[in-house]
Amino acid sequence: MKGKFTPFSELMKKIAAGEFVYTGELEPHKTTDISETIEWARTLKATGKVTAANVTDNPSSTACISSLVAAYIIQRETGLETIYQLRTADRNRLALVSDVLGAGALGLKNILALTGDHTMLGDNPQSKPVFDLDGTQLIAMIKQMVYEGKDPAGNEIANPPKINVGAAAQPGADPLEMEILKMERKVEAGAEFFQTQVVFDVEVALKFLDEASHLNVPILIGIFPPKNYGQAEYFSKYVPGVTVPDQFLADLKKLSEISDKAERKRKINEYNVEYFSNFIREIKKKPVCKGCHIMAVGYPEVIGPIVERVEKGA
Amino acid sequence: MIVVKPKPIDEILGFLSKHKNVLVVGCDGCTTPPRGLREAQTQVNLLKLAAKLKGISLNLKASTIAKTCDKHIVYSTLASQLEGIDAILSLACGIGVQVLNEVFPQLPTYPGNDTIFNGMQEKEGGIFEERCKACGSCILGETGGICPIARCSKSLLNGPCGGCFEGKCEVTFNGEKHDCAWYLIYQRLKELGRLEDFKKLRPLKDWSLLVGPRSSMGV
Repeated sequence: MKGKFTPFSELMKKIAAGEFVYTGELEPHKTTDISETIEWARTLKATGKVTAANVTDNPSSTACISSLVAAYIIQRETGLETIYQLRTADRNRLALVSDVLGAGALGLKNILALTGDHTMLGDNPQSKPVFDLDGTQLIAMIKQMVYEGKDPAGNEIANPPKINVGAAAQPGADPLEMEILKMERKVEAGAEFFQTQVVFDVEVALKFLDEASHLNVPILIGIFPPKNYGQAEYFSKYVPGVTVPDQFLADLKKLSEISDKAERKRKINEYNVEYFSNFIREIKKKPVCKGCHIMAVGYPEVIGPIVERVEKGA
Repeated sequence: MIVVKPKPIDEILGFLSKHKNVLVVGCDGCTTPPRGLREAQTQVNLLKLAAKLKGISLNLKASTIAKTCDKHIVYSTLASQLEGIDAILSLACGIGVQVLNEVFPQLPTYPGNDTIFNGMQEKEGGIFEERCKACGSCILGETGGICPIARCSKSLLNGPCGGCFEGKCEVTFNGEKHDCAWYLIYQRLKELGRLEDFKKLRPLKDWSLLVGPRSSMGV
């Protein structure tokens, strides 16, 4: 459902108004107590720079508290707009329709439509995988619900939800051509924005933005300021399609060797602020890049300083 | 071929320990690895040994059927061999086990295998891979002859997903990475100059065509 688009969320209204936006990421766990996540959301909100935050849905196929419920509570408690992540791995079309209607009723305004990791990779690997739809079809399904007021089988929806829908993309994909074709398909399905997988190498981000510029759909490039060397090393070694520049790894390794804990933390913060503010200044030059998705899970305090440095220039 | 995997001897003994005289019946049809008379005889020998070790007394005989999915062949082959037999162990696929239970309802027939999938021989050494799920709405015409329903671990229609890396799937089976079906489809359609087919948005699938029990009536 290409072409039909109304900005319902703050996120999409700001993008439509030409603002460069920042989104954060919140990962509620296998618990009924999400007070820690709410605190992180408060930190994001307090920066005054973050427009919305993604709330993950069973990340890595580990069974956690419902992202619908968590997104709602976070939004209610903190006033920070959420981007409700929704995977097709665990729900058939009936459950997806139910949850999208629920999201509409609860006042959620953004959904990130995802296929999700295979259930065999998660913490209940014996589960029956669902995948009734894929992430692309979920975009189309939500668009049909929002703009035509119909469920997948064409049944009428009384009072359709008013929700914007986004999709994921992988700038580090190889071949990139295949990824761009997939994005074209997602745009055809009706994707209204893209948030990408983590990028550390600014050249990868710039090349990707050039290749995707014809899509004319806002792209938010994903970054992950690492709290310590271990996190950066993890991305470098274990996350497919993510390359971490050698210099970045070497610098962080050196900083991680500072023995005084407070000093080490301060230096790593400084380094992240310097590195990622330069990164963002570069990607901002590309017109299709409308924002940055900062996945500082468990490290929300770094976001404010990064954004302030970007805004200050040099 | 219908790919099967022999069940563990202990599980089979669990079925048979309630019985005295058991006929182990192979199938010369489409099961792979072969599960005919020779394998039935081997199964008899293994079971005799295992039963002896566990102190279970069992009389076992081997036989086979040309095609266990054919009721007439099953009846004409086995009817004369069942004197004194109080249970059958079938080495056929899951269909064969059900046919035997229907043709000889007075005798319980137990499965000697787990039936895994419908496949073709992919690699040297008799390794089979799944190629068709009989999903009822074939899209091989759009995908360069590569089936994403059978070969994508998520059966996606608009793949690949983000789990495709260096042409391999994020899921490992038996410790081995397997090809991402959608990466193969992309490569094949690119070779054929048909990337438009790759990019095509495929609508939601009618999975109800896969809901059993399915029947050929009205087809």
